[in-house]
Amino acid sequence: MGGMTISQKILAAKSGNSSLRAGDIVLADVDLAFANDITAPISIDFVKRLGVDVFDRGKIALIPDHFTPNKDINSANQCKIMRDFVKERDLPLYWESGEVGIEHALLPEQGYIKPGMLIVGADSHTCTHGALGSFATGMGSTDVGFAFATGKSWFRVPESIKFVYKGKRNRWVVGKDLILYTIGKISVAGALYKSMEFSGEAIRELSMEDRLTMCNMAVEAGAKNGIVEPDEITIKYLEERGIKEGDYTIFRSDDDAEYSDIIDIDVSQIEPQIAFPHLPSNTKGISQIERDIKIDQAFIGSCTNGRISDLREAARVLKGNKVAKYVRLIIIPATVEVYKQALKEGLFDIFLEAGAVISTPTCGPCLGGYMGILADGEVCISTSNRNFVGRMGSKKAYVYLSSPAVAAASAVAGKIVHPDEVVK
Amino acid sequence: MKIKGRVWVYPDNVDTDVIIPARYLNTSDPAELAKHCMEDIDENFAKEVKEGDIIVAGYNFGSGSSREHAPIAIKASGVSCVIAKSFSRIFYRNAFNIGLPILESNVVDELEKGDEIEVDTSEGKIMVLKNGKVFKSSVIPEFMQQLIESGGLFGYAKKLLNV
Repeated sequence: MGGMTISQKILAAKSGNSSLRAGDIVLADVDLAFANDITAPISIDFVKRLGVDVFDRGKIALIPDHFTPNKDINSANQCKIMRDFVKERDLPLYWESGEVGIEHALLPEQGYIKPGMLIVGADSHTCTHGALGSFATGMGSTDVGFAFATGKSWFRVPESIKFVYKGKRNRWVVGKDLILYTIGKISVAGALYKSMEFSGEAIRELSMEDRLTMCNMAVEAGAKNGIVEPDEITIKYLEERGIKEGDYTIFRSDDDAEYSDIIDIDVSQIEPQIAFPHLPSNTKGISQIERDIKIDQAFIGSCTNGRISDLREAARVLKGNKVAKYVRLIIIPATVEVYKQALKEGLFDIFLEAGAVISTPTCGPCLGGYMGILADGEVCISTSNRNFVGRMGSKKAYVYLSSPAVAAASAVAGKIVHPDEVVK
Repeated sequence: MKIKGRVWVYPDNVDTDVIIPARYLNTSDPAELAKHCMEDIDENFAKEVKEGDIIVAGYNFGSGSSREHAPIAIKASGVSCVIAKSFSRIFYRNAFNIGLPILESNVVDELEKGDEIEVDTSEGKIMVLKNGKVFKSSVIPEFMQQLIESGGLFGYAKKLLNV
């Protein structure tokens, strides 16, 4: 029998098995379970109906990030359900507006994610956390309620697809472009029920923030999780958060691990990518756009691209430039730490001079929650992860996905352009 | 279980945003969610759906968000079963967890809106009533059948925790 992939090894370790094969079903111990203001109320109800305590107060996180600061009475009531539960059970991992950030940016930034962990979240982009060598997957509220109460979750052990990225990246090409290109290649169901394992020299050269962006979008290819084997960059990221070797376990795929597919990608052939409406897989290289695509709005933020490196990229493009007439540029730092750092570095001066709107950390427009909702017929270029029909407001609107640099350049040009056209 | 019903036919990649848009996710009340079910893909669905109707679709049904509100909205609309060529992983678990029967089958290729089908979930058979054609469907994995026998995830949690 062949070896195991990193994903299979984590599931084996957490379910007390020495070996597992794809297709096995296991009940495993989770290290962290979390939910947000949309999904938590149903999970909390599950625990309350059982009449039990949560399995471990320190391993449950409740993060009100989607409709906060509350946009209306109903969303305020949903947050109150969370807050009351947190108070009642004295749960430490809870953040109010003013300290909260987007869950998938906040948790790694604050040092709650470590290699080898098994993580479930009631949000599809929980797969983001695989960037740190953990097995992290999104589930629904009932599954996460079950984990809150029992500390366990059941899993069908996934097959893995290994992606091997080779070569040197071109100027302006970042993690977002690599993942958009990859989803374009394999389609939105190309990794359905499977793990996406990102490897190769070009991944080892990628910053942790870019890896988080790539794993974030694994679910857009249908994957159960995205994962990167820990390396020096991972260890350095952890050390910066006071997490030492010995605080975590590093798993690696066996040389003879079985993969359902191995896909080689030469990153030197990739240019900045644009995903056309209405699927993240409708990707084209930016030079392949046939006609001018005028935009009404640009959005830089979300759990995909609202981190400090994303804001720095945007600032690099926006410095000394103005947003085009009749175009709105919305910039949302993903966490309070990102917000403070951006302020300290003077990025907000650049954004405000350019004519951008800056908001407190929130998911905001990404899911059509609030702020930056699109009208009928409008076009937005967004650094978020989905461009489905109606995702950001009107079902007659059009959302294109790109990196922060492309979104910033497009805001200046008033149409979708390569950053080189704005930064000479 | 045997289910007979009228079908609503949809394409590949029906995502959770069109099943229940985020603008309605400031509640988890099933009746409220049902009012907007399928709104961004089919304006007539919520008005015209009848108790027992069946949704059939192509590949990757329920892709996108983890929002359990999507299967909750479908179930609260009175839909008896969803049959697709494949489901997104999270939607599949969510539907199962809330007791909305879902089956994988290619039957959508044979159907038009309003056709009637008969589904036998235990045998994994789907009959198209207009022409008598029979399609096979996936069978629920054994572990999931045990979960059903324990009373779903809630019953299973009670058993695990001995409460």
